Amino acid sequence: MASYSLMIDGVKREVDADADMPLLYALRGDLAHKGPKFGCGLAQCGACTVILNGVATRSCVLPVSAVGDAKIRTLDGLGTAANPHPVQAAFIAEEAAQCGYCTNGWIMTTVAALEKTPHASDEQIRTLLSGLKCRCGTHMAIMRAVRRASDVMTRSTADNALFTDAMQEA
Amino acid sequence: MSHSPNFSAQSPGRRQFLKRSAALVIAIGNTGVVSLLTLDEAEAQSLAAAPRAIGPKSLDTWLAFDKAGNVTAFFGKMDMGQGVDTAIAMVVAEELDLSVARVSVVMGDTHRTPNQGGASGSSGCRLGAIALRNAAAEARRVLVARAGEKLGVAADQLQVTNGVVQLKSDKKRSVSYRDLINEGFATDLDWNSRYGNNLTVKGIANPKAPADYHVVGKPAARKDIPGKVLATTEYCHHVTLPGMLHGRIIRPPVANAVPVSVDESSIAAWPDAKVVRKGDFIAVVAASEWHAIKAARELKVTWSETTPPFPPMEKLFEYIRQTPAASNSAKGGFGGAAYDPEPALAAIRNAARQVEAEYEVPFQSHARMGPSVGLADVKNGEALIWSDTQKPHDQRDGLAKFLGLPPDKVRVIWKPGPGSYGRSDSDEAAFEAALLSKELGVPVRVQWMRNEGHGWDPKAPACVISCKAGLDENANINGWYFHAKGFSGWDVNFNAADPRDTLVGQLTGIAKGDAHNFGAPSESYVFPNAVKFWETVPTFLAKASPLRTSHMRAPQEPQVHFAHESFIDEVAHAAGSDPVALRLRHMKDPREIAVLEAVAKLSKWKPRTAKDPKQTGSILHGRGVSVCSTFGGYVATVAEVEVDRASGRIWPRRIFVAHDCGLIINPQALRTTIEGNVVQGLSRTLYEEVRFDERNVLSVDWLTYPILDIRDAPEKIEIVTINRPDQPAGGAGEPSHVTIPAAVANAVFAATGVRVRRLPLRLDKLA
Repeated sequence: MASYSLMIDGVKREVDADADMPLLYALRGDLAHKGPKFGCGLAQCGACTVILNGVATRSCVLPVSAVGDAKIRTLDGLGTAANPHPVQAAFIAEEAAQCGYCTNGWIMTTVAALEKTPHASDEQIRTLLSGLKCRCGTHMAIMRAVRRASDVMTRSTADNALFTDAMQEA
Repeated sequence: MSHSPNFSAQSPGRRQFLKRSAALVIAIGNTGVVSLLTLDEAEAQSLAAAPRAIGPKSLDTWLAFDKAGNVTAFFGKMDMGQGVDTAIAMVVAEELDLSVARVSVVMGDTHRTPNQGGASGSSGCRLGAIALRNAAAEARRVLVARAGEKLGVAADQLQVTNGVVQLKSDKKRSVSYRDLINEGFATDLDWNSRYGNNLTVKGIANPKAPADYHVVGKPAARKDIPGKVLATTEYCHHVTLPGMLHGRIIRPPVANAVPVSVDESSIAAWPDAKVVRKGDFIAVVAASEWHAIKAARELKVTWSETTPPFPPMEKLFEYIRQTPAASNSAKGGFGGAAYDPEPALAAIRNAARQVEAEYEVPFQSHARMGPSVGLADVKNGEALIWSDTQKPHDQRDGLAKFLGLPPDKVRVIWKPGPGSYGRSDSDEAAFEAALLSKELGVPVRVQWMRNEGHGWDPKAPACVISCKAGLDENANINGWYFHAKGFSGWDVNFNAADPRDTLVGQLTGIAKGDAHNFGAPSESYVFPNAVKFWETVPTFLAKASPLRTSHMRAPQEPQVHFAHESFIDEVAHAAGSDPVALRLRHMKDPREIAVLEAVAKLSKWKPRTAKDPKQTGSILHGRGVSVCSTFGGYVATVAEVEVDRASGRIWPRRIFVAHDCGLIINPQALRTTIEGNVVQGLSRTLYEEVRFDERNVLSVDWLTYPILDIRDAPEKIEIVTINRPDQPAGGAGEPSHVTIPAAVANAVFAATGVRVRRLPLRLDKLA
């Protein structure tokens, strides 16, 4: 057992764990997160996804000792009912969940991708999300939600760019 | 009925909760009926909320108001992710003239909700809503009568607007529900003295006529979605108790091997880990979850030498064909139905032409996103269990038998889980946790690993289905034969009401049951000289089999309808008829006819005959149709597929569904429910097959049991719903699922001329 200091959703958290314990067990256990789920423990389904330094990462196979000072973002810290992340707002608007057990993976994978490149074609959305598992068959609503989030984030990025340009000109 | 056990002394966590809870609990007389009059929604949904006794006769059992005039409905079924709780809230809101936002729904707690049979047979709205609708109508009557007394007018002079009772002639003279409920309802309902799916109650009041609905039938946002998206929903997997241990189960490498010896020194590296053995059941428990996982992985067990119990996988269908039947549709199932195949076979033999085909469906896995989980605290003659079972009341009965406790001393609290889709692995871990907790005297949480979720869940039964038809000189059908032969859908019972239907029960010496059911098509087709029957074959292994079989979404109907609806297409092709036209000629039920006509219109179906020209080009296009009526739902589906000639890849590009489930409660949730049915159906149709060898199941994860990937999802699912407010709400959780395999198989035939008679549908590259 060793003590690890993890930067999670902008807050430093201490965790005592074996070096080889996957990050998921720290999040689900002592830190009582409800977003990342145990689905397979094999990095095959995505239910455990977190964003590690901007990259969607399967926390069920990432040893806690390998996290270092990387910044971890989780669904728990992403947004609130009053102030949801645009991707969460889109999933709520499209009702893109059935049992909801896999929802964490779809949202966090989408967030990591769209924050880098908000615009995505339907084909790119399918490629981006390929490999994530949903047993209830929510895929159609998920694609509508990601389409909606992409459109909203593309627009707001364009607005920000215009604003920035205007500021620079002024 | 007896008093509820007092679960308040079981853990510091619960004691704290009860101290914090503002719930005012009043016991009424000696009926044991308790009503929670000041119910805070968050606390009501929280960990082990105070038990309330549940006599179906008492209106207080079903509905409780808080001081703000918001209502909690206590529902003895559960939502598996299709929005049933929202539909129940809508029905209650409708009858009480409240907004949906002011109704919350508590589900599936044996000590808080009445036994309405759990999630079962697409019955959440079809059956479950009836009692709540009647209870809410009676609650409104009682409240309006009290308002009348308070305001000094007759009840018929009053109306209700979002919980405020007011004079129709003078809306300022009003009183709120919240000022009328201080003493609870103390009102009795007529109860039909049944529990489970068929439990119903009725008060003096009649529910509203559908023409007066203003909530039911209009889209309402699902209540469960924000919590799932914002990571605030507490799943069963999240529940913990102070001092609990984590359990992992040790499974044998060969399915029927039993432990001979266990070397506990092999896990000495984890001092908090220890082995628990009971009969042939072995588990490892540890204070640290990670230690439990590692110790379970490293534990050295010597297993018995044993003859591998299964035939080679490629002999599966041969086994089914050649093995003498253990039961059949005259003896098994719900009551049995005598049959005689001989007249049909004679008519077919004597016909001018014969059409025959056999269809094969392998074992499939429920393959839930998260494998089984259960948390148990068994002590002082009581058991408190958290589970994501479909049927907490039945599971309570099973656990009581297993633990040797009276049923009212066992409380099962359902929490949302990773879907369910029938009698999956969801019931298993709770039994294992209960045994471990009883043995160790501390709370134990058992979490299955991925290989168990695929490898050891009960499977959808494999089968071979034979169909024959006779055609006369004019290509009219003059004989019809349908014979399904497969593993029993009741090898594992659909209720976990008996530990004999669990792995841990069988491993600790309880003999497995021997119940038989399969299925036959239930549509209204009338064919002359027709016979439809089923037979079952014995399971391979009499104890704790990873290939034991059970209900999986629309039990056996995807198999049955894959065969029957494919075969109707084959007969249409042989007869030179369009498959839609041939179906319409033989259908009797107007609702089946209506959905078939509706899907033909929606998809702009072009009548098809055997004379259609062969396609050229690298992508082949085809459309197929299929029909199903079951669980009070009527569905017709057209699948449009593209087949890549070079690779043989089948892509279901567009799916058209016409859907009639009677009265529609929430059209928005109905659409996403149908989409889920379709996509899961496509997955079972195109990808899913449990692999095994003589020793064990080989499908143990998502690589060895592929399901549909989002790249292969349709471009579009177009749905037309037929609302029938004059008809009771029917089922929507399964019927559309059933239509998918044959619709796709028929489309593949239309595209390629190749008839695939085995699921999952696979094509080699085409010449």
